[in-house]
Amino acid sequence: MSAFFSWLAGLPPLAQIPIVIVAFGIVMVLVVFFIEVAPRPGRGYSIMRLCVAIGVPLVVLLILGIQAGAFWVLIIAAVLGGGLFWLDFRARSGSGYLLQLFAFLSPALLLLIIGLVYPAVQTFVNAFRSNDGTHFVGLDNFVWVFSGGSTGLIAFINTIVWVIIAPVCATGIGLLYAVFVDRSRGEKVLKVFIFMPVAISLVGASIIFKFFFDYTQDPQIGLLNQVVEWFGGTPVAWLQNYPLNMVMLIIILIWTQTGFAMVLLSSAIKGVPTEQVEAAELDGTNAWQRFWNVTVPGIRPTIIVVWITISIVSLKVYDIIAATTGGQNDSTVLGYEMVKQFEILPPQAGHSAALALLIFILVTPFIWYNARNLKRQREE
Amino acid sequence: MRVHTNGGRSFGSRRVRQVAVLAVAAASVVGLSACSSGGGGSGGNASGNVKGATVTIYGPDTGTEATELEASWSAWAKQQGITIQYTGDKNFTANIATKIQANSLPDIAMFPQPGLLSAAVQTGKVKQLDSATAANVKKNFSTDWQGYVTSGGKLYATPLDASVKGYIWYSPADFKKWGVSVPTTYDELLQLTSTIRQKTGQPPWCAGFNSGDASGWPGADQLAELVLADAGPSVYDAWVKGTTKFTDPAIGSAFDTLGKTLLNPQYVNAGFGDVKSINSTAFGDVATPLASGKCALTNQATFLEASFATVKTAAGTTPKVAPDGDIWAFPQPGPTAGKNAVVGGGDFAAAFNTNAATQKVMQYLSSADWANSLIAVPNASFISANKGLDATKEQDQLLASAIKILQDPATVFRFGADDAMPNVVETAFWTGMVDWINGKSTSAVQAQIQAAWPAG
Repeated sequence: MSAFFSWLAGLPPLAQIPIVIVAFGIVMVLVVFFIEVAPRPGRGYSIMRLCVAIGVPLVVLLILGIQAGAFWVLIIAAVLGGGLFWLDFRARSGSGYLLQLFAFLSPALLLLIIGLVYPAVQTFVNAFRSNDGTHFVGLDNFVWVFSGGSTGLIAFINTIVWVIIAPVCATGIGLLYAVFVDRSRGEKVLKVFIFMPVAISLVGASIIFKFFFDYTQDPQIGLLNQVVEWFGGTPVAWLQNYPLNMVMLIIILIWTQTGFAMVLLSSAIKGVPTEQVEAAELDGTNAWQRFWNVTVPGIRPTIIVVWITISIVSLKVYDIIAATTGGQNDSTVLGYEMVKQFEILPPQAGHSAALALLIFILVTPFIWYNARNLKRQREE
Repeated sequence: MRVHTNGGRSFGSRRVRQVAVLAVAAASVVGLSACSSGGGGSGGNASGNVKGATVTIYGPDTGTEATELEASWSAWAKQQGITIQYTGDKNFTANIATKIQANSLPDIAMFPQPGLLSAAVQTGKVKQLDSATAANVKKNFSTDWQGYVTSGGKLYATPLDASVKGYIWYSPADFKKWGVSVPTTYDELLQLTSTIRQKTGQPPWCAGFNSGDASGWPGADQLAELVLADAGPSVYDAWVKGTTKFTDPAIGSAFDTLGKTLLNPQYVNAGFGDVKSINSTAFGDVATPLASGKCALTNQATFLEASFATVKTAAGTTPKVAPDGDIWAFPQPGPTAGKNAVVGGGDFAAAFNTNAATQKVMQYLSSADWANSLIAVPNASFISANKGLDATKEQDQLLASAIKILQDPATVFRFGADDAMPNVVETAFWTGMVDWINGKSTSAVQAQIQAAWPAG
């Protein structure tokens, strides 16, 4: 493939145009052939399908440039192609049906495999291989993550704290705000104030907060420390003392996510039927009881979605750490440490992949719960 | 809506699923093997016309330093008809690893550390020097320097610029006012520190360890200077190789010596705050309080001079760097007077392909012509260890004295220990220095850095 493109790039521009058109034409003819011609019944077409089923994997293997062992290429192509043909031949909807299906699916399938399946499989395999990727080391990379004193362990613990604190605070503050400004005067303006941070990228927000937390004192440029000084305190190194620095960084995430929570929850609150609230009022409930027993159950699915979304954001946080502390003073998290391990030369690919796998494992329950939540909602 | 499926269909769909799984497995195999065979690239036209060619250089220097580098080769490039595109990146050390992984390589990269360079060479992507460049390197650089670019008996890069570390910057006028003189031993330096503290009532030292992803390196340099001065070159070399451990008492005593100034709240951090503010101060920012007179002493390499161009003295003028000017520097004294061991740094250019134009540029960068052109750039902050360098051409007095140190055959020159160690250890070393300033105990920091050494 790359040889073809290099050869093409070497030609004069005018010659490239017809060649590209011809190559495109060939691909289109092949696709039409799969969809239109191959599924026809008859012995001749069956033989043709057999050739195609074995030929396509062979050509794909060759195009991708696997020179190592023509013998193996043939074996793989024959096994894959033969299997495909056999399944296709025995398919309920008539032979040719599966080939047609694959022809339709192939563009999307190919992109998914290149962009999603292959990297995921590769990462999974790397997590059990040595840092230079030469041999399998079993669970050594995970032992490294969870051994005392490693940055991996600190990152893991910190990530757990992030996932516990950030979503709860952001959802909670967003919910309270949504309730308080609901149907108040100037609701729109008040909402815009809270929603604005959502429009700022995490890196931008982090840089703003980095100045806010600054510890340089002469001249004083850290707003927070200036406030501390006005009240007669001594300046605090916000980003250098663990676990204070983690709390400070979590505040940045809460600041950017509260607006998102508030907007979704606010529209959900508006969807709670007024009759229910009025009925509760007639029954003599106070405001808190109405909120807790009528509004909250009414918007429960939205609260879960918001909470899960922010949890996933805090699981994969990277930008905040990179733009502020650079992971120093134990402020690192899984997402940042994963990149950091890969940026060392030689890259600690095993450690990095193990951290990535951990993030994946931590994210899975949230996605599963979210899917269940969606399904239940649909059934209701 | 629910989809009700009959038995036949669900049987069929299981088939489909089986096929899909099979196909996915096949494609992954294909993908994996494709990756391992990988590489290729556009290839090179090793011979032929270089006129009109473009050579990309990727390096860690940005701002003024990048402008100076560009100025050093612009005349030559114009004459050759080669366009040199320089990209500076403050996070070079982190990003080059990703670039090498992703095969998105520049023609030439300027490595700021021999440790990083040798790690890059081990990936197999760095090309061996062509014969003309190799001949230049052998002719122009001492065996010490050739050692940094040699791997398995082959040359892979050319040294470019050099810097001498361990200069103590001070204000000659203030020294005269306080009636103190330049110390000749480390004990005298400590004595001087306490004298200044008594006279001014302010901390004399300022320091800055902040440097993005590389935060902590100024501390690592200062520790290395003390190890080389106190324990000597043989312990230093063993330390760099990993045979003398970080937990060794020799390293511990260097930490203690450094702690006498940097961890003493009476002595730091002039113009910034307390001890911990060292970590939040950018390494170049120490120039500001030094110029304004708030800070009396700071330890930094020759390249700090570049930072003085953008700051102002108390009188509002740009400080003059001269023995009788506003700012001057003396080499940090050793345990006894008259030491000749210095720690230094420098950049190395390595090529990632064998194109004719790339090789032409490499030949030029390794030549004495380029080194002389580099120091001839107006207000240049660079010097080089190139033996062909004409020291008399250097306008700047401080850099001229540094060139003299580099060219003196009696000088024991060693690369900054952190830079010469493997990249994993270097990163841990830097982080360790930051933790140390933050109050982590010396023994814990020593153990933590030692743990980063790769096993075996």
